[in-house]
Amino acid sequence: MSAGTRAGTRAPARPGWMEKPRPVTQGAKAVALVAVVLLVCVPFLVIVSTSLASTDEVVANGGWVLWPTEPSLDAYRDILDGGIVTHALGVSAGVTIVGTLLSLACTVTLAYALSRPGVLGGRPVLLLVLFTFLFPPGMIPSFLLVKELGLLDSYASLVLPVLVNVFNLVVLRGFFQGIPEELYEAARLDGAGDWRVLVSVVLPLSKAALAVVGLFYAVAYWNSWFYASLYLESDHWPLQQVLRTYVIAGSGLTDATTGEGTVTAPQTVQMAVLVIATVPILLVYPFLQKYFTKGVLTGAIKS
Amino acid sequence: MERKRFQSRALLLLMLPGLAYFLLFHYGALVGNVIAFKEYVPFDGLWGSPWVGLGNFQRMFEDAAFWDSVVNTVWIAVLQLVFYFPVPLALALLLHSLTWSTVRRFVQSVAYLPHFISWVIVVALFQQVLGDTGLLNSSLDGMGLHTVDIIGDPDAFKPLVVAQVIWKDAGWGTIIFLAALAQVDEQQYEAAAIDGAGPWRRFWHVTLPAIRPVIVLLLIMRLGDILSVGFEQMLLQRDAVGPEAAEIIDTFVYYQGIVGGDYGFAAAAGLFKGVIGALLVYAANKVAHRLGEQGVYK
Repeated sequence: MSAGTRAGTRAPARPGWMEKPRPVTQGAKAVALVAVVLLVCVPFLVIVSTSLASTDEVVANGGWVLWPTEPSLDAYRDILDGGIVTHALGVSAGVTIVGTLLSLACTVTLAYALSRPGVLGGRPVLLLVLFTFLFPPGMIPSFLLVKELGLLDSYASLVLPVLVNVFNLVVLRGFFQGIPEELYEAARLDGAGDWRVLVSVVLPLSKAALAVVGLFYAVAYWNSWFYASLYLESDHWPLQQVLRTYVIAGSGLTDATTGEGTVTAPQTVQMAVLVIATVPILLVYPFLQKYFTKGVLTGAIKS
Repeated sequence: MERKRFQSRALLLLMLPGLAYFLLFHYGALVGNVIAFKEYVPFDGLWGSPWVGLGNFQRMFEDAAFWDSVVNTVWIAVLQLVFYFPVPLALALLLHSLTWSTVRRFVQSVAYLPHFISWVIVVALFQQVLGDTGLLNSSLDGMGLHTVDIIGDPDAFKPLVVAQVIWKDAGWGTIIFLAALAQVDEQQYEAAAIDGAGPWRRFWHVTLPAIRPVIVLLLIMRLGDILSVGFEQMLLQRDAVGPEAAEIIDTFVYYQGIVGGDYGFAAAAGLFKGVIGALLVYAANKVAHRLGEQGVYK
């Protein structure tokens, strides 16, 4: 590493006019920062450690471990062995992937159309969309609609009712509007129609915004459990809803594949489910993080 | 001219899927609110069920459990306003004051993370740390101290849910304040410092006026949204402490309608919340404009 980058990342860049902070202030800040980091990280450490410990160790320690003495993957082997959790993992992954693609497609096309000046009916449609933000239809009418449409106990019920998110739509529309008009003009002079402009000009320029919105949708689908509890029979549940029953309600689940009574879940297994539900979020998080800095969101929040 | 029409038709086509979604799942569902004025009979369905006028609303206004849920909702919202609202602001000021950008970016990354964790996991994590066999209580027990029942205690429920909201969203909430802080002109600080203003006076006369519009806007918007507190969060924990402590309007609707099957009555409560909520947001925007601030819409 060169001396230049070292100075850039390590030396505090305090402007000349700012007085040197007092040691007390410095100390208080350091304590506060460490506290924030620990408050976020320790709970995660506890669940990961407990999921890796042996059941005996967990029981001896009163329900949790901070650092397993003999780490083992037994708990993970148990739940990934083709039972309910494995099935739920597949459901969650499928709904997340298909849902994100569908949501992204519908959001991009609508946002693009609404971002072009003078599109026929653009203004009323925009107002129509924004009004839903002010006045959501409500739980009971939405439930009855899904029921009337015959979507009960179908995976479509987890995707279609939440297909386009108004916030994401506004983010993308704002981003598309920020693309210089000259680029549109140039493409049009080259004979490109609106589809072509979208595919070969707008989308390549919007990778950061598409990544953020796509990841927002993916996280929302992955984390969703309420609609599953509302619309699906228990043998079709995604991971978060299984987790809710397993860990929060503390009840066993009937194993759908083996058909054996209820599975009583030891603490290590519960924690392993918790970890598996969290890991995908931790994996995509650095990518999300990467785009925050590009101002995609701060620009959108302001509008 | 021919060309213009073609383009506009392509755009209309592009608009179609998204528009169809909003028309069906928002406006279609919105029409379903007529059930609030009917007595739902499963066999007759939404349209065939008999009208009961304002009967459902009358029952609702006479139902003590409904008013309890309204009180709980507003009470939790007020607690969040007092104890949650200042936390992202304070954290943003702390982060903004850091001159060491590596540390700052690291703490920011860690602090944003819980926002992306589902409520199911957050509630489970809190159980693991504060529950009766959790980290806190087994440590207290190990030291020979009294254990504290936090998770199952109705009296502790409201502070608990506020703490959960702080843990989950305080970091994420700093984004908007950090954006406002980044807009402040560095030269103003420099000029104030040269004029002899210390850190406190600079904060008071430069920082605060610069971020005041954001603070006022967020406060007003939260007041407009006072009938909404985390539905998923409450639903997950309601059974552990009972409805007296944990029933909010949204869970009331859920238990009356989805669990109890009394769709008309539940929809009435939902519609009541929707109408009052929309009026409050509208009023909050008016107030924001009156104060010379930008609202969420113009």
